[in-house]
Amino acid sequence: MITDKLQHLGRNTLNNVAGFGRSGLMLFGALVGKPDFRKGFPLLIKQLYVIGVLSLLIIVVSGLFIGMVLALQGYTVLVKFGAEGMLGPLVALSLLRELGPVVTALLFAGRAGSALTAEIGLMKATEQLSGMEMMAVDPLRRIIAPRFWAGVISMPLLALVFNAVGILGGHLIGVDWLGVDGGSYWSTMQANVDLYQDVLNGVIKSIVFAVIVIWIALHKGYDAIPTSEGISRATTQTVVTASLTVLGFDFILTALMFGG
Amino acid sequence: MTTRKIEILVGTFIVLAAAAFLMLALKVANAGVSGSGESYVLYAKFENIGGLKVRSPIKVGGVVVGRVASIDLDTVYYTPVVKMEINEQYSNFPETSSVAILTSGLLGEQYLGLQPGFIDETVEILADGDSIQDTRSAIVLEELIGQFLFNRGN
Repeated sequence: MITDKLQHLGRNTLNNVAGFGRSGLMLFGALVGKPDFRKGFPLLIKQLYVIGVLSLLIIVVSGLFIGMVLALQGYTVLVKFGAEGMLGPLVALSLLRELGPVVTALLFAGRAGSALTAEIGLMKATEQLSGMEMMAVDPLRRIIAPRFWAGVISMPLLALVFNAVGILGGHLIGVDWLGVDGGSYWSTMQANVDLYQDVLNGVIKSIVFAVIVIWIALHKGYDAIPTSEGISRATTQTVVTASLTVLGFDFILTALMFGG
Repeated sequence: MTTRKIEILVGTFIVLAAAAFLMLALKVANAGVSGSGESYVLYAKFENIGGLKVRSPIKVGGVVVGRVASIDLDTVYYTPVVKMEINEQYSNFPETSSVAILTSGLLGEQYLGLQPGFIDETVEILADGDSIQDTRSAIVLEELIGQFLFNRGN
């Protein structure tokens, strides 16, 4: 009885560690080596379009609404203390430090991560990856690497767009609808937001999240069991694992950046 | 979808993100105006700095002229020494100037209030690295209440 449980635990641990190793090897094989810009650049542009540009709409819409909701909720509390002039820093700091990077990463995992996993999983199931190897084309360099770089480049940019749109959304609700003074919205924000402490730390966060999400998505696809059930499970796992890992790392990064 | 169209859209995406960053840097964080610009350094010793922090503003008549660069403890007398970075544009404070730790509002954050002093033939202008002699420390509310109760007892 108890040995069965122990065996089960051991097998799971070994599988997990082996998965870590395979994902590391995959990334190593994809990224390390002499880059070929002439071949790689068009592939990167294509992936920037698929991963970045097509995610822009969902990012803009959710950024706008999250900024608007923040302003609405913040206003109802702040007005009780007569401190509605501090609405600007409230919206800006919550977006720049937390919500921008985190919500972008979660949306990105759902919008682009799942698509990547399904795409690569299907390539594996239909033997396209083996076909490439047969033709002496390295699938890691041709399939994995451009997708990885496209994700790492586009997610911080998406987070920046998210933040800017969210702050404008907060302005829309706070100033244009609820009647907070427009001058004090911007000036208290400028007095309380620091370029390095807040804006750039947010960018660093979203770069870390981009690596996490895109790495998990690519690995789950590349490692998927090549059946329809295996691909569907891999896609689900991508979204769940990436979201949880992002939230966990967000706590660690916040503690390191703003905790001291 | 032709390659050209895709490239144009990716270019638009990059430009949009750059515009977002510029807006965050200039309009939200206001980096271009206060972050750059030449500044010079003055020192001031206090007995107690209260809640003053690094990057707290230094104000003259309510106008921000600089920020607190660092706060250290004097190793001989163990009194706090505040290093102030003041905008080069305001470089004519005489040595009779005084500096006090004030609070904005009843519960607001603390800042340094700089009060320019008088000028005559014997008074020199403060230069980079000089110290302001006339300082007033932060008012610590607990000490004030303690003194009040002590006086009442008499």
